[in-house]
Amino acid sequence: MKIYVPRDAAAKAMGADEVAEAVLREARSRGIDVTLVRNGSRGMVWLEPLVEVETDKGRVGYGQIEAADVPGVLDGSSDKALGPVEEIPYFKGQTRLTFARVGLTDPLSLADYAAHGGLEGLRKALAMSGEAIVKEVTESGLRGRGGAGFPTGIKWETVRKAEGAQKYIVCNADEGDSGTFADRMLMEGDPFCLIEGMAISGIAVGATKGYVYLRSEYPDAIEVMNAACDIARREGLLGASVLGSGKAFDMEIRVGAGAYVCGEETSLLNSLEGKRGVVRAKPPLPALQGFMGRPTVVNNVISLASVPVIMARGAAFYKDFGLGRSRGTIPLQIAGNVKYGGLYETAFGTTLGDIVEKIGGGTASGRPVKAVQVGGPLGAYFPVSQFDTPFGYEEFDAKGGLIGHAGLVVFDDTADMRKMARFAMEFCAVESCGKCTPCRIGAVRGVETIDRIGRGDASAIPLLEDLCETMKDGSLCALGGFTPFPVMSALKHFPDDFNANAKEAAE
Amino acid sequence: MSGTTGAAASERILATISEHLGLEGPLLPILHAVQAEFGYVPQDAVAPIAKALNITRAEVHGVMSFYHDFRTEPAGAHVVKICRAEACQAAGADAAVAAAEKVFGTALHGTSADGKVTLEPVYCLGLCACGPSAMVDGKVVGHVDEKKLGKIAKEMRA
Repeated sequence: MKIYVPRDAAAKAMGADEVAEAVLREARSRGIDVTLVRNGSRGMVWLEPLVEVETDKGRVGYGQIEAADVPGVLDGSSDKALGPVEEIPYFKGQTRLTFARVGLTDPLSLADYAAHGGLEGLRKALAMSGEAIVKEVTESGLRGRGGAGFPTGIKWETVRKAEGAQKYIVCNADEGDSGTFADRMLMEGDPFCLIEGMAISGIAVGATKGYVYLRSEYPDAIEVMNAACDIARREGLLGASVLGSGKAFDMEIRVGAGAYVCGEETSLLNSLEGKRGVVRAKPPLPALQGFMGRPTVVNNVISLASVPVIMARGAAFYKDFGLGRSRGTIPLQIAGNVKYGGLYETAFGTTLGDIVEKIGGGTASGRPVKAVQVGGPLGAYFPVSQFDTPFGYEEFDAKGGLIGHAGLVVFDDTADMRKMARFAMEFCAVESCGKCTPCRIGAVRGVETIDRIGRGDASAIPLLEDLCETMKDGSLCALGGFTPFPVMSALKHFPDDFNANAKEAAE
Repeated sequence: MSGTTGAAASERILATISEHLGLEGPLLPILHAVQAEFGYVPQDAVAPIAKALNITRAEVHGVMSFYHDFRTEPAGAHVVKICRAEACQAAGADAAVAAAEKVFGTALHGTSADGKVTLEPVYCLGLCACGPSAMVDGKVVGHVDEKKLGKIAKEMRA
């Protein structure tokens, strides 16, 4: 009997480790032979821990399982049965390209990885020239999934053409945006996919060394990635001769230290070098003078993990999904006060309203949706009146927002948007690296100005708007430059929350 | 407690440093390893780290103080981090923080009088669809409320 209990942090947070122990205990006491696989998460976080049992009808799921439910799961008599997992509408409706194996396979079995399409992309890439690999990635239309949306192939081409005795691939796994967990889920659920993506990137641009800068808040992901790198090295996927090709690529996992700004690529590079995570001015571009001043590809986890499927199935296949200049699929992360929270990979183009209401099922509290923050702490708050916005880089930009790392945080009508705007400024003040004045000082003044508005001083509103303009135009990086997005969107769409008198009258 | 250690500790510090000297950009790995060894980065570690990396003590201090993770004093016996980021706020983080302060007997950023629990805010644990979330001695916990936190506090003080 084969039973799957996820090892994903979200499943563990809901008690998966206790369930896994209970499965083994119950199997021992019954004297039955159970193979327990600690898989990744299927992404249906509200069902976690989601236990699956392999049957002749496929893998059958049991949702929200506690240790006490385990005997019923083993008997097949549990009333928490969900039927075949892949038939659950939330799962069935997805287009899983990057997350194809997450939740399906044993994350630390390279054999399982290869049996489910893994390494196909790398094998193809090893037979191609660097130029041809970069061309394939460029043609796929893949853009940076970390949030900036810069075309991945163009970045690679710059590094490929750069002169340098040593080049690097740096994976940005400093997923600090609230509402996002795709990087974590991928690293915990399919670590070889990221390793394969990094190896392809290294071979394409001529880099022999890679680093994953992984945030310290993700101890489970750190554990899985380290174990996967050890296995990959042992099995010849990493090392002096990748899969026996004679081409070298190796990588290390480096742990961050709790600074949000290190998700910004130049700050990340300084941190990786052992310095304060202060932002660097650009130019020079990291592609030319990155880690240790050498040519460096800096890509987000999901960008790199999307490369294997692009190489395996071709640029045209990937490019066929999507909308406008947003090609391929995007792993939406639906979070906050939402009924069906989790990860949903689909082609670009679904409207915000469909994501929140149809896929997410509305709020968990059952109250009306008030706002959705898209793209993390630097993303705008969207009101329900903008629910017709299709999910795409340009489409969100046109509405004064951004898709960022594709996290969506849903708020119900009890949310106080002035408080959320204040939090955005407060967070920026705490996390500012301090290099540029608009961010370092502006965020502090922003908190004070919003407090003035809260005390009923409406004359501070134009001041706040002016301050936001200065931060937007004058900051060195997205932390100071984008903090105005949540602040201004809150002010624009929810003016009543900023009007102390109106609020008192309502109360 | 002061940030100083004895002779045996200084040998452990040197050994920890030398394990990481072969790395490119070894400072963060060294600071993490020293903190894993002692629970904090003792003042006594700063000079040997600076010497080994050929940087000034001020530079080591500058790096340590930049990052939220590095401690200059030992924490309580248990460390509870509670998420205050937006997704958890949408799911009731404010109430969870208030409950945590009550059951653990300390305000955020503080340690309870009995030295058992240090309570800290954290900005996102990647558990945004099962918030409010927390991390208790490195273990993740979802949907935290006063009842769950109370049970954890009771176990810690048992």
